Amino acid sequence: MTTPSIPHLRRRGFLGMLGAGAGVMALGGTAACGDDDGGDGGDASEFDVWVLQDENVNPVSQQSLDRFNEGSDVKGALVPNPNDGYRDAVQIAIDTPQRPDVFFNWGGGSIRSYARAGLLEDLTPYLDEDPDFKNAFLQSVLDAGQIDGAYYGIPMRQMQPKLMFYNTAVLDDVGASIPTTWQEFLDACDRVAAAGITPVALAGAVSWTELMWFEYLTDRIGGAQVFQDIAAGAGQGWRHPAIAETVNTIRDLVDRGVFGTNYPSVQYEAGGAETLLEQGEAAMHLMGSWAYTNHLGADPDFATGQLAWGPFPPVEGGAGDPKAIAGNPTNYYSVTSESPAKEAAIEYLKQEMASDAYVQDLIGIGDTPAVADIEPFLAEAEHAEYLSNIYSMVVEAPTFQLSWDQAVERAQAEPMLEAMAEVFLGNMDAEGFIQANEDAAG
Amino acid sequence: MTSALPGATASSEAPDPAGSTGSPAPRPAAGPARRRRREGPVGSAVVPRPGFWYILPAALFFGFFALVPLVLVVVLSFTAWPGFGDPQFNGTENWERLIGDDRVLNATRVTLILTALGWLTQTPVAMAVGVWAAGPQRNRAILSSVFFLPLLLSAAAIALMFHRFLDPNFGLAADLGPLIGFPDGNIYGTPHGALASLVFVGMWQWVPFHMLLYQAAARNIPRSLYDAATIDGAGRWASFYRITLPQLRNTIVTSSVIIIVGSLIAFETVLLLTNGGPGRATQVLPLRMYMAAFREDQLGYGSAIAAVLVIVGTAFSLIIVKFSGFAKMRSTLEGM
Repeated sequence: MTTPSIPHLRRRGFLGMLGAGAGVMALGGTAACGDDDGGDGGDASEFDVWVLQDENVNPVSQQSLDRFNEGSDVKGALVPNPNDGYRDAVQIAIDTPQRPDVFFNWGGGSIRSYARAGLLEDLTPYLDEDPDFKNAFLQSVLDAGQIDGAYYGIPMRQMQPKLMFYNTAVLDDVGASIPTTWQEFLDACDRVAAAGITPVALAGAVSWTELMWFEYLTDRIGGAQVFQDIAAGAGQGWRHPAIAETVNTIRDLVDRGVFGTNYPSVQYEAGGAETLLEQGEAAMHLMGSWAYTNHLGADPDFATGQLAWGPFPPVEGGAGDPKAIAGNPTNYYSVTSESPAKEAAIEYLKQEMASDAYVQDLIGIGDTPAVADIEPFLAEAEHAEYLSNIYSMVVEAPTFQLSWDQAVERAQAEPMLEAMAEVFLGNMDAEGFIQANEDAAG
Repeated sequence: MTSALPGATASSEAPDPAGSTGSPAPRPAAGPARRRRREGPVGSAVVPRPGFWYILPAALFFGFFALVPLVLVVVLSFTAWPGFGDPQFNGTENWERLIGDDRVLNATRVTLILTALGWLTQTPVAMAVGVWAAGPQRNRAILSSVFFLPLLLSAAAIALMFHRFLDPNFGLAADLGPLIGFPDGNIYGTPHGALASLVFVGMWQWVPFHMLLYQAAARNIPRSLYDAATIDGAGRWASFYRITLPQLRNTIVTSSVIIIVGSLIAFETVLLLTNGGPGRATQVLPLRMYMAAFREDQLGYGSAIAAVLVIVGTAFSLIIVKFSGFAKMRSTLEGM
């Protein structure tokens, strides 16, 4: 038929060429990665403070930097990042010259690998040599941000303990009161269930809500040390009898219908567990302190009228302190160890993070900062009752357990959350749960 | 309709100044050496391959965006890398771990089930609607453009919409659940309900596209075949089984490859609709890969899972193409 006038390409040869090209590029890529370790770019006359974009918090942070910059040769600059992808941005930049000098983080698992790789400045010496600075913060919150016994973060925002929320209208209707012991809690559940209402709202479609029950039950039954041993060890801590008892207690709660029947489909976002509580379709809810803000936004009448809150009830005969709490202690600022302006950056944290001006600004946007002795400021705030309660809950807490999924290694958190979901679904017993976590750790 | 290769007729005839029958003069001298052409099997005409430069843009694009990342993934699968710093080579550690990982095994099982269910539900529906929509009637034209609409929505929007529908207290699931065997609306809180939701949403999302393939193919079937069948006394069903179905053979293969490979790598719908839950009942392999790489900070291990996905996806499409006879490139219109 025809003869091609241009020499045609042979398939095998072409693929070979492409493959070779790709190989060369791959080598080039890894070689380029290796070059970063040398001299650091960066500028010692300025430090960047990476934060999340937030129209409430950003002005507060900017004002604190303005106050610092007035008296300092080295100036701090606020760099707001979009919430989506912030973790990725930090992850990509943390070991390059583009790294931030100071950055916002959640403590625990969000910075553990950086701290262990030596990328973060150990702040322990700075805190030790300046007791005023160290004691300016609530010690339980400061301690909750420790990694391997050293401080890598300075508290910079609100504290978010987890606590029980109650719809008092529903409890009143069935003749129950806010439970102060585990037995009272079970009795209240039975009364509410008998009235055809779900006793406890649970957004079981996401496992971090189920995690809260594990955290508090383990603490109340076995004490704070049980999980601290788990987090510090290599899996053997899961064998503590309090873990098995927690699993059995949860299975018992599920079987009693405490969470209703369709909780595995319930979402946390709009139209989820909080709406159930607002609409009186559930009587109780275990959630982080941020739920109050959500209730205020979604149903202000409910939030100011029928909403009550309190600590997780103590379990009779349990070893735990009834005042111990769990949750997200706070957000932290960490300083990168390679930063050329780190001395100034740390000076900024010392000057501003516990200053009256910064604390009052934070309270003004509805935060409860992790700073000691700020009750007078809180008493003047809007929603003073709630903020003061949360604050005293943390102040009086002997321990503030960082959320388990943040406290364990990242590779163990997902299997742990999956196993918790299986327990709530009734697919896994105590032995299976312990085994699954040991496997993930080992 | 005499060419053996309808798709290639234009290119094989147009640029042929010294056509095989047109100018006989130089042929004896030039001989086979100049032609560089192999004698293929009887019936398969030799088609000129286009020159190198024609495919350069596509080749560069494919090289940069497919091949280079692919090679990098394979390289990464032999490293330990938390996402910062330098990847450390750790030999075959990731691959050895992969073989014994029961979460990966579970994810593979779920993926295969979802793929099978996806193909079994999407193919018949898409074919039925597509063949129906191929008819010339005006109402069919209107309805088929309505059916087409889901394809215009982004996968994330669809997943989030169904996510909301499936709320057991305030969503459609509360009203529809009791009618389909979920009295308390607890659909995606149960393993089989969650699986069924994913299959349904996949169908809702992808049937329009495959319907379009079948509609186009069905419109290409020559009228004369049906006329001949009618003369031979075939009814509607006989015409469908003996003419439409065989004529759609290549489309079925194309559509099946797209469905199966698409189901193997389905990710965003699963992430947004069930997030692998309840427990890990709908944790598919791409989601497992994502979790390993980005939630557990094990990019090396995630890359190993990604490499397995590439191998499995390629193997599936090659197997389908091989055993369906698609690679023979024979037209269904041969002999017409």
